[in-house]
Amino acid sequence: MLAAVDRAAAAAGLGPGMPLADGRAQVPGLKTAALTPLEDARALARLAEWCGRYTPWTAVDPAGSDPGAGAGLLLDVTGCAHLFGGEAALAADLAARLTGLGFAARLALADTVGAAWGLARFGCDRSTPWRVVPRGAARAALAPLPPAALRLSAAGGELLARFGLNSVGALYDLPPATLEPRFGPELAQRLRQALGLTPEVLSPLAPVPPHVARRVFAEPVMTAAPLARGLEKLAGGLCRRLESEALGARRLELTVYRVDGSLRRLALGTSRPSRDPDHLARLFAPEDIDPGFGIEVMTLAASVTEPLSALQMVLNPEGGAGAQDLAGLVDRLGARFGLGRVFRQRPVESHLPERASGLASALDPAGPAAWRRGRPRPLRLFAHPEAIEAVALLPDHPPARFRWRRVRHEVVRAEGPERIVPEWWRDDPGQAEARDYFRVEDAAGRRYWLYRAGRRWFLHGLFA
Amino acid sequence: MSPSLEALRAQVRALETGVAAPRVVPLGVPVLDAWLPGGGLTLAALHQVEGARDEWDDGPAAGFCLALAAPLIAALDRPLLWVARQADLHGPGLAAMGLDPGGLILVQADGDREVLWAMEEGLRCGALAGVAGEVAELTPTAGRRLQLAAEVNGVSAFLLRRRFGPLRRAEPPSVASTRWRVAPAPSGSAPLAALPGRPRWRVELLRCRGAAPGNFLMEWDDASGRFALAAALRDRSLGPRPAEIIGSGGRRAG
Repeated sequence: MLAAVDRAAAAAGLGPGMPLADGRAQVPGLKTAALTPLEDARALARLAEWCGRYTPWTAVDPAGSDPGAGAGLLLDVTGCAHLFGGEAALAADLAARLTGLGFAARLALADTVGAAWGLARFGCDRSTPWRVVPRGAARAALAPLPPAALRLSAAGGELLARFGLNSVGALYDLPPATLEPRFGPELAQRLRQALGLTPEVLSPLAPVPPHVARRVFAEPVMTAAPLARGLEKLAGGLCRRLESEALGARRLELTVYRVDGSLRRLALGTSRPSRDPDHLARLFAPEDIDPGFGIEVMTLAASVTEPLSALQMVLNPEGGAGAQDLAGLVDRLGARFGLGRVFRQRPVESHLPERASGLASALDPAGPAAWRRGRPRPLRLFAHPEAIEAVALLPDHPPARFRWRRVRHEVVRAEGPERIVPEWWRDDPGQAEARDYFRVEDAAGRRYWLYRAGRRWFLHGLFA
Repeated sequence: MSPSLEALRAQVRALETGVAAPRVVPLGVPVLDAWLPGGGLTLAALHQVEGARDEWDDGPAAGFCLALAAPLIAALDRPLLWVARQADLHGPGLAAMGLDPGGLILVQADGDREVLWAMEEGLRCGALAGVAGEVAELTPTAGRRLQLAAEVNGVSAFLLRRRFGPLRRAEPPSVASTRWRVAPAPSGSAPLAALPGRPRWRVELLRCRGAAPGNFLMEWDDASGRFALAAALRDRSLGPRPAEIIGSGGRRAG
């Protein structure tokens, strides 16, 4: 069965729904490809994402996913068209780009989703691949189209055809009150939607961040210097927007749209709300942005924001420029390594050495008084204790000698044992045995932290 | 050294680096402070610390590196950025050495290149007491970049060479302002002879801008978090250094 045909095949008399054998009989050299609905849907979603270069409000058309009827994308370009030189220029640009990407596309720009849908499918042809219907002209533009342009189901369209209603215009003449009882709720609803009498809301692909800055390059950009300049401009624009609402960005998303229709997203967080353009622009390293064959459009969005008053920026309670500098540094390091890998240590009430220190924010230190002192603790603590061969003279004695990493150490001085019992209230397998810790010093003066668990010996840390 | 020569040196340095005479922070060890030019550890410079050639673990080297940075943290009252591939400095262990673990901002980076990048980024920040990094290898170019960044931004840098494998080739010359090699030494006095006492390090000053190389035996006082005064000695057991033989212009030997 044929699911979809291209222009040449349609000219030869083939159409969706025709058995493959018939098609082969009519056109002997027919080229076919297996239908892959999942991949088609994925490609459509990718294309919808790519359309984000024009507007954040993009969605895959739920009514037009049937490949035979032509899959569709919906874009809400309200307030975006002027960035591309007007609605007509935007439509022409989009049509040309889609053709360049290898798609056969029709597109229409109208007041309502319904009108644009119908006009794109029934109001465009090969000579006019795109149409822009001026404000308020949708009603007239829809009138000559067949009723199927109203996004009707197959049964609904057939019913209208039986009544001899062959155009949308014919429906205008009927009293609206009679439409619903005669033809069912679908038709009345679709007609009202197409004419803008009932609002219809696009459900966008991704949540639309309220604060976005967009930059369109005159030519595809491939080198770091113009990218960095573009980033600065974007950050400046975003920060002006944030400033008007007294907000600071906590999470940023940079999206670059490449010439070849692919896109790349970089997301990162900041340690505290910020709307300093220099700082935000420096978080993204231009060399991290893979330009591919060139970048056409960049958007910078603040996807998570927090209140940040102008006063807070001027009168930093934690002390002037130094604290700001530190926050900036922590953000830059965090953007590169992950904010969880830039930290200070904070004491944790636990006898187990591996749990005795926790992560704290790099920006607020804990006082030295909070740390417990007085017990020997190593300067470096291994995440995984290393098994060693050790010999102790008596069961509770420190080892007389041990071998670690193939080097033999004679123990000269030792302190211990310090018994550390596992925390029974945690259900932690592998931690069942009590450990007897010894601080030992070998003949050369190297100091190690060893423990015995059962009969086995481990080296857990190094002293200074 | 005569005051006029001192002034001339300061002028030459200012011409060379574009910054005024270096400030120093005393380490609190009279012997060592007298040995170092200016009476302490130079600020806004690169200091390199490495373990002894045959040492596998770097406990003494890491401890000495922290000990060098500790007076700086205390004097400036700012945090130290510590960049490492493995962030395994243990908070309670730092506290046991008498240091404040909260004074360290730890950064876990993926490799030497990332460590050096983070260090340079940290050197550009004016809110730090200093920047320390652990690297396995250091090329002369990377060392020079760090030294320049430290001088220009006025922030001290500490570089700890940490070996994750055996040494393969000879060390390239270092441009660091000071370069120290640290080996362990049998620990100092303890209440009982069988117990480990205060940590002691056999420290070799391999290179120092404006001072002769020397050997020192240092002892760290865990209770106060500074070098122990009494036990810090010039280590004469390794024989006289060339500086002593030549006499080096009347420099006081400790």
